[in-house]
Amino acid sequence: MAKIKSLDDLRVMKESFQSKINLREKGENPGSHVQIKVAMATCGIASGAKTVMEFMMEELEKRGIESVVTQTGCMGYCYAEPTIEVKLPGQEPVVFGYVDTKKADEIIEKYIKNGELVEGIIPMNYETIDN
Amino acid sequence: MRDLSLHILDIIQNSVAANASLIEISIHEDVEKDLLKITIKDNGKGMSKEFVKIATDPYTTSRTTRKVGLGIPLLKQNAERTGGSLSITSELGKGTILEATFIPSNIDCLSLGDIAGVIALTVSGNPLINFIYNHNINGNLYTFNTKEVKEILEGISIAEPSVCRYLKEMIQSNLEEIQIGTFGYKT
Ligand SMILES: Nc1ncnc2c1ncn2[C@@H]1O[C@H](COP(=O)(O)OP(=O)(O)O)[C@@H](O)[C@H]1O
Ligand code: FES
Ligand SMILES: [Mg+2]
Repeated sequence: MAKIKSLDDLRVMKESFQSKINLREKGENPGSHVQIKVAMATCGIASGAKTVMEFMMEELEKRGIESVVTQTGCMGYCYAEPTIEVKLPGQEPVVFGYVDTKKADEIIEKYIKNGELVEGIIPMNYETIDN
Repeated sequence: MRDLSLHILDIIQNSVAANASLIEISIHEDVEKDLLKITIKDNGKGMSKEFVKIATDPYTTSRTTRKVGLGIPLLKQNAERTGGSLSITSELGKGTILEATFIPSNIDCLSLGDIAGVIALTVSGNPLINFIYNHNINGNLYTFNTKEVKEILEGISIAEPSVCRYLKEMIQSNLEEIQIGTFGYKT
């Protein structure tokens, strides 16, 4: 069994978190982080939003991309869940649908790293049932 | 939903949508009584008595993006299938308490799933909200409070991926210590 981790250990870990942040902030574009929101509505969760969120957090960190991944509620795209919103620094947010880990990988490599468009973008303000 | 941790992840979103600033998640596993109880309590905007009555109805939602709400009815169905139940107590302007009970020995009872992962993702994914998580297994209690975590972290955001990963490991190791899995839950 793994050693039990306590809040005291968290205190000890703090330095390593901070040094990671420092390292990142000395990187190419300090302070200009990518913002990602994962839709955590019932349909999103049922179709794998948790896995997508975990993948995003892990991979963006591994690949050294400064980013913040948070949750958001229903974005209204039931038919295309899981959905994520990606906002590159200084740009309008873009929503991607049918995101699994494979798609998420493609979004990181093409859209986030190079600004290339990838399939699966949902036009914003598209109303699913009210129209 | 594949397991109970995903239901919990979903129900927490209702509290987030209700603008709660504090959300308390309690799980009580009692082998002797053959009972599993999940309670989610928030200080969000609450619901009227009338609305609570219909909230377990699959045709109720206050969202405008889809016509039916599903989260609560699905959880209710999964609780009742085991012989358990779901109840909601709420007051407008005060908050809401949702309680679901399950009979773990029932063959239809879902597994608990990756609860440590769900809690870590939820607290990191909603950095402005405070969470308390209590997990009681046969009288052994583990409590996790983001207020304490945030105090220790000082300037470092709880949304940091490395923090999220650490919190998941911390919660998991503590749950193992109080012997999560005594009901034979797969995690
Ligand atoms: N904790 C809560 N606080 C306030 N209102 C709530 C809460 N939980 C549920 N509700 C209300 O009940 C409705 C139905 O919830 P739910 O079954 O989860 O479906 P959905 O979240 O998709 O609308 C919500 O739209 C909301 O109006
Ligand atoms: S209800 Fe389906 S995405 Fe919101
Ligand atoms: Mg809901």
